[in-house]
Amino acid sequence: MAKPKPRIRAPKKASKGEVIEIKTLISHPMESGQRKDRKTGEIIPRKIINAFTCTYNGQEVFKADFHPAISANPYMSFFVKVKESGEFEFTWVDDDGTTYSKKSKLTVN
Amino acid sequence: MTSQTKAEQTGAAGWTRRRFIITLGAASAAAAGLTALPGGAAWSAEDAKTVEEEIKRLMGGKELADGAKIISMDLPQIAENGNTVPLEVSVESPMTEADHVTTVHIVADGNPRPGVASFHFSPLSGRAQASTRMRLAKTQNVIAIAEMSDGKAYMTKAEVKVTIGGCGG
Repeated sequence: MAKPKPRIRAPKKASKGEVIEIKTLISHPMESGQRKDRKTGEIIPRKIINAFTCTYNGQEVFKADFHPAISANPYMSFFVKVKESGEFEFTWVDDDGTTYSKKSKLTVN
Repeated sequence: MTSQTKAEQTGAAGWTRRRFIITLGAASAAAAGLTALPGGAAWSAEDAKTVEEEIKRLMGGKELADGAKIISMDLPQIAENGNTVPLEVSVESPMTEADHVTTVHIVADGNPRPGVASFHFSPLSGRAQASTRMRLAKTQNVIAIAEMSDGKAYMTKAEVKVTIGGCGG
């Protein structure tokens, strides 16, 4: 499996107190644990991104728990109210414990 | 170290799993029987099998008020492909420190496992709105439960008709 690649679409500038939308996507098969291998009939073990977190300047802003019913390449969009300039950090947690993260800077004026 | 018996390690070598060819299971999964996958996978004890169990696990039997007025779910009425069904959920709330939405749970009553996702908001969210894409195995109700900072909880649901189920076969 190719290494999951996180992608972020977030504004670089915002005005103070503005509510901005952030869109995220990570490439991941999100194996549900319900599918069977066509050849062997064995159930393909579950492997999904089970959690997503967004922090701003170290403070948690938004968090999501995912179950196998989330589609492959999980897309997630949400809103953040920004008061000062800073940096977003996005983290995805895989079932095997691996974390994938990406950062995005924002200037507030 | 040497005195310890390493019982766990011997288990790893014993990988001789009997290969059952579940003719019935494979055939029904390949056809249309996505509704009742035999047995189900035993990967997560905390994931309940019915909606009632899942809601109880999430909410612990808390009373759920009708949330049709404050929760809005943007879902297609008919989803052609159950593998990626877009979902947008938003809850009316001022999103202040004193009064905000803490969590929104999404549950689907016709999937092999009803849990879909839980979104945790904070006053910094500004707006209690989130979108994602989910899998739906068949035509079913999608349920949204909103938990508020004052301890109240609301529930609403919407039906989605699914043309081609999406949980792999």
